[in-house]
Amino acid sequence: MREDYTPMWESLGMDLSAHDALLGVLEQGYRDIYLAQKNRPEGMGYFDFVMSEVHGLRIKELLDEKKQNRKIIGSYCVFVPEEIVLAGGATLIGLCSGADFAVEEVEKHLPRNTCSLIKSSFGFKLGKVCPYLECADMIVGENTCDGKKKAYEIFAGMVDNLYVMDLPQVKSTQGRALLKEEFERFKTAVEELTGNKITVEALKEGIKVVNAKRAALHRLAILRKADPAPISGLDALLANQVFFYDNPARFTESVNKICDELEVRIKENQGAFPSKTPRILISGCPMAVPNWKLPWIIETSGAVIVGEEACVGERGTRNLTDDSGQSLDELMEAFTDRYFKVDCAIFTPNQERSDHIVDMAQAYGANGVIHYGLQFCQPYIMESIPVENTLENLGIPCMRIETDYGMEDVGQLKTRVEAFIEQISD
Amino acid sequence: MICAGIDIGSRSIELVLVENEKVIETRQTDTGFDPISQARKVMKGIKFDQIMATGYGRNLFEVAYDDASTVTEIKAHAAGVRCEFPEALAILDIGGQDSKSIRLNDQGRVVKFEMNDRCAAGTGKFLEIMAHNLGFSLDEFGPAALAAQKDLQINSMCTVFAESEVTSLIAKGQDRQEIARGLHSSVVKRAVGMLNRVGAQGPIVFSGGVAQNPCMVQMMADALGKEILVPDHPQMMGALGAAMIMAAKQ
Repeated sequence: MREDYTPMWESLGMDLSAHDALLGVLEQGYRDIYLAQKNRPEGMGYFDFVMSEVHGLRIKELLDEKKQNRKIIGSYCVFVPEEIVLAGGATLIGLCSGADFAVEEVEKHLPRNTCSLIKSSFGFKLGKVCPYLECADMIVGENTCDGKKKAYEIFAGMVDNLYVMDLPQVKSTQGRALLKEEFERFKTAVEELTGNKITVEALKEGIKVVNAKRAALHRLAILRKADPAPISGLDALLANQVFFYDNPARFTESVNKICDELEVRIKENQGAFPSKTPRILISGCPMAVPNWKLPWIIETSGAVIVGEEACVGERGTRNLTDDSGQSLDELMEAFTDRYFKVDCAIFTPNQERSDHIVDMAQAYGANGVIHYGLQFCQPYIMESIPVENTLENLGIPCMRIETDYGMEDVGQLKTRVEAFIEQISD
Repeated sequence: MICAGIDIGSRSIELVLVENEKVIETRQTDTGFDPISQARKVMKGIKFDQIMATGYGRNLFEVAYDDASTVTEIKAHAAGVRCEFPEALAILDIGGQDSKSIRLNDQGRVVKFEMNDRCAAGTGKFLEIMAHNLGFSLDEFGPAALAAQKDLQINSMCTVFAESEVTSLIAKGQDRQEIARGLHSSVVKRAVGMLNRVGAQGPIVFSGGVAQNPCMVQMMADALGKEILVPDHPQMMGALGAAMIMAAKQ
C-alpha cells in the first residue's frame, strides 16, 4: 500500500484533481512505454521505483531536508552548477517540463508558436501540478535561447523566487569571463539564500559528488557501445533524466550497480535487443520527463538508441571538473572551464557540437542519426540542416524530425522512423 | 509461388499479385471508414502464398492477418517503381493524404526521403477538395487546368486557407480554369521543393494517384526542365513494390 501523499501535496498548494490526472497519465505512459520493454536490466528496478514515487517519496525527502533548514533550488538548464549549490549546503533539482499541461492557460501568457518545453514549464506552474517547483526556495532561470529569456520575464510575475543567470553566446575570452562572473554572482546568491559561506572544502566536496554522478553516466554510455546493446535507449534516457532530481550519492550508486550488471551481460553476449539491431544516435533538443515519445517510436520500430547528444544526455554530462585546485578561485576557474565546453546551440559559431555528433555516431557504432528538434526551437532547428549535411558527407545517414509533445503525429512519425530504419539496415 | 502486395492508403486500397516476377492480377477499391473490411473485400476469391502490407493501414492489417509482413510505403514505392523503371533515381509520390520524395542509388536503395508531416497540404485530397469547390469532377480538373491560358497565384497550401482564397477569387469573377491552374501550380512548387530537399537527380518517376492528373505531370516536367516518367498505373506502385519485396524474400 502506497503512502497517502495528499496532505503533503495539499500543503504545497497544489491542485489535487489536476495533479491526480497528471499522475494517471504518467503512470499509464510509464507502464506502456517502460514496463512493456523486454530484457531490461534488473537494476532498472530502482528507476521504476523512483518513477513510481516521483512526486511522492522524493518530495517527502526534500521537505524533510527543508525541515532541517536545507534549501531547495530548482533549475531548468545544465548550465546551473550543482557544485555551487551543494557547496552551499543546498539541493539542486532539475525542473522537468516534458509534458503539455494547462495549455489554454499557458497560451494566455505565451504565443502559440512557443516550443513545448517552455510552454510545459509554464503549464506546470499555472496548473499547480509540480511539487518540485512548489517546494523550491529559489528557481533559477537562464538566458539561453530567446524563447526562454523572454519567457522568464513573464515567469517572474508568477513566482516570487526567480533568479536569472546570464550566459555568453560566443566562446570567446569575454564569453568565458562573463560565465565566470555569473558563477561568482550565483555563488553569492546561494550563500545569501542558505546563510552558509562556501568554503574550499565544501566546493571540493561538491565537485567530487557531481563528478561521481557524471562519471557513472560516462561508464553507462561506454557500455552502450557493445553489440548487442546491453540496455535500451529508453532505459538509458531515464537514467539521464533521473540524474536531475535524485539524491546524487544514491543516483551514482544505482547507476554503477546497473553498470556492473551490464558488464556481466556484455560478457555473456546478452542484450536488450538482438545483436545486429540497427543502432541510432539521437541528437538535438533535450528530452525531459515524461517526454519519451520519439525514443519509444524508434525502439518499437526495430532499432536501438545507443546515445543521446542532448542536454539530457552526453552534451550535459560529458566533462568532469578538475578538482585539484587549492583555492576558491582555482576551483571556480576549473568548473568555469568545464561548463564553458557545453556546446549548446545558443552558441555561435558552434562547430564543437557538430564535431561531437560525428564523434558520437562513430564511437557508438550508430548506423544513422535522428536529429530531434522541438517545433519552434530555433537554435537546434537552425543547426539541424548543417548537421545533416556534415553527417551525410561522411556517409552517415541522418533524418531530421521536428515535433512537439502532442501525440497526433505519432502515426506519421512511425512511418518515417520505420522507413529510416529500413534505409539504414538494408 | 504467388506473392501479394496490398497498399492500404488513406483513400484507396490496391492489391497486386506477382508470380515469377510477373504481375498476374491487380485490384483496387476505396478505403472508406473500415479499411480492414475493405481489404477483405478486395482480397475476396484470390489465392496467394505470402502477403506483404504497406501504406498507413499496414499495421492494422498485420494485426488482422497473423501471417502478413509489413514494409513502409517509402521502401515499397522504391521497389515498385524500380520494377517498372530500372533506371529511376528519384521518385515523387503524391497520394490521397500524403506526399513523399525519395532519392535512390544505382542499386535502387533508398538513400534519402522526405514526407509531408501532419496535414494533407499539397496532396490528392487537397486537389480533390479544390476541384469540388470549382465545380469540376476529379477527371475534368487536370485537363481543365492544363487548358487555361495563365495561372492565378494561390498563396495558401493549407486546404482551409486555400479554400477561402479560391472563394474570394471566384467572387472577383476570375476564370475557374485559371484558378484551377493556379492550384496545380502551388502543388507543383511544393513537390519541387521536396525533390530538391532529397537532392533528386537523374530520371524521376511520378507515382501515386495524383500522377494520373495530366496537368500535374506537364507542370512538373516544365518546372524540372525534363521528362517525367509515369507508370501506367501510378497508384499501384506501393502494392507492386510490397509484392516484389515479398517475392525477393522467398
